[in-house]
Amino acid sequence: MRISRPIARARAGKALTSAGRGLLLALLALTVSLPLFIAGVLGFAYSATGIGILITPAITRWVRGFAERERRRAAAWSGVRIASPYRPRPDTSGDGAMLRLLRSWRWVWGDSATWRDLLWLFVNIPVGLVLGLLPAYLVALSVQFVLAVPMLAVTGGSVAYWWVAFGLGAVTLPLTPFAGGPILKAHARFSASLLSPAKQTLAARVGALTESRSQVLDSSASELRRIERDLHDGAQTRIAALGLNIGLAEQLVRQDPDAAVALLAEARESSGLALADLRNLVRGIHPPVLAERGLDGAIRALALTVPLPVELDLAVPDALPAPIESAVYFALAEAFANAVKHGGNRISVHVRRVEPDSLGEPILLVASVRDDGRGGARVQPGGGLDGIAQRLAAFDGGLAVHSPAGGPTIVSMELPCA
Amino acid sequence: MRVVLAEDQALLRDGLIRLLTAFGMEVPAAVASGPELVDALLEYRPDVAVVDVRLPPTFTNEGLSAAIEARARIPGLPVLILSQHVERLYARELLAGGGGGIGYLLKDRVSDVRRFVEAVRDVAAGGTAMDPEVVAQLLAGRGHEQTLERLTAREREVLAVMAEGRANAAVGARLGITEKAVSKHINNIFMKLDLLPAEDDNRRVLAVLRYLDG
Repeated sequence: MRISRPIARARAGKALTSAGRGLLLALLALTVSLPLFIAGVLGFAYSATGIGILITPAITRWVRGFAERERRRAAAWSGVRIASPYRPRPDTSGDGAMLRLLRSWRWVWGDSATWRDLLWLFVNIPVGLVLGLLPAYLVALSVQFVLAVPMLAVTGGSVAYWWVAFGLGAVTLPLTPFAGGPILKAHARFSASLLSPAKQTLAARVGALTESRSQVLDSSASELRRIERDLHDGAQTRIAALGLNIGLAEQLVRQDPDAAVALLAEARESSGLALADLRNLVRGIHPPVLAERGLDGAIRALALTVPLPVELDLAVPDALPAPIESAVYFALAEAFANAVKHGGNRISVHVRRVEPDSLGEPILLVASVRDDGRGGARVQPGGGLDGIAQRLAAFDGGLAVHSPAGGPTIVSMELPCA
Repeated sequence: MRVVLAEDQALLRDGLIRLLTAFGMEVPAAVASGPELVDALLEYRPDVAVVDVRLPPTFTNEGLSAAIEARARIPGLPVLILSQHVERLYARELLAGGGGGIGYLLKDRVSDVRRFVEAVRDVAAGGTAMDPEVVAQLLAGRGHEQTLERLTAREREVLAVMAEGRANAAVGARLGITEKAVSKHINNIFMKLDLLPAEDDNRRVLAVLRYLDG
């Protein structure tokens, strides 16, 4: 079989690339995995003395940064996508420095992903070393076998051995370009087994989604019942009365014009009330301003109806799915009402889009409403904030309320938007 | 008086034409979309435009933006906006260009024929006609602004009814006070808002604008 020169060159390049990448993996296993593993274990071990708590944020940043790079490497080199498993960082803005450290310590060590990262660092020391060195070793070995022939010619030795060595080299050398890739992929698979979200985490997520889905079904069913009742008791009844009055007026218009006029006036009033009913209903289903101005304009319009000065900092992405726009709109309306209830003097609102830190995470729409009222807001079952939380849960989003006694109150929400 | 009409629902458009002509107004053009509206306004230069907020092609706030665009090209063109819902945001945008000749009413108000026609005439004459619901939204969203804090509760009520485009007698009737008391309140309002009698501008319109344009 003849192999053209460009193909041979490409194959040699492939073999050398795999060898180089493997050497890098081996190097990282020795010089990064090992010290980071030691640092992580020491960081946790010394938590009781306080030093561990102080150094936890830095160690986490290094460990997670290194693990994230490994996840990206696995995707880029071997096409193995590894989702990021970390729990979202709790909102610690507004906490004191000490409390912030403690909360972030709990966030890190309470997350099984941290322990899996550490386990990966430990196992990666031998596995990364062996699998990393293997592609380069294969290339070196094959080359050595082939070169062994002229070398032995100079130094002397058994002719049979020459041929065996040369034969081995001639067979293995062309195979090296095809061995490097799978070896690196094996390493990526090994990484995926520990760096992906744990099965329990996924199971928990499926559980949470199932629950939020049934809540949504419940709430949309009761929403439909409410709309049906509102229409039945409101607009429908009024329009029926309207028809009745107009019919009567039609009968009376010749014999008793005055009575007919009175009936018509009543009919007109009834039509106005029916429209007002429908308007309120529509506002509760899908606010017209949202259809006319999108989320940005609708938030601005909403802010103008709040009896407090509202400072807006909006960077709302265009072309959001309509259900998300309306979820955010109603959530903000509820948060505004909440801020007014807690006696704030001013409200500030931030809405922005947040790019994910790592692969496989969705883009988030993040909104926060801050007021300087007396604080003490809680998410109570059946309350307004609970309603927002359920509405957002339907979109796999969430709500956090930070409201110490004495204020300020920050209601922050996030939901995936793409 | 010549009125250009923009309303995409044929039933309502025909009804409005019938209503306006019954009260001696002329409707040289009745259009059904935003771009047509701007063209018609530039062509006919009416005394007032009566415009539905939501129009084709986008069915967003096409009518509102067409009206604002037309007012930029024909300064002071009186515009009366009709809508199924009112937003303080839109009222503010309409008023942002300054000057009077602005009306913003719920479509329901059409059924009170006499008051609706009165509002059309007021706006054509350079006055303002704000829907009571817009005014209610403004009242709800207020209370923190300094200029208006200087007004007493009664003066604010008077100003709110004035914003709807009502004359002194009607203001008095609504609030159950004499016309004389109304004009006393109005003078106090002018003073507190620093609107001096020497100014040529219609102080009534200015006071309402100051009130509406938070």
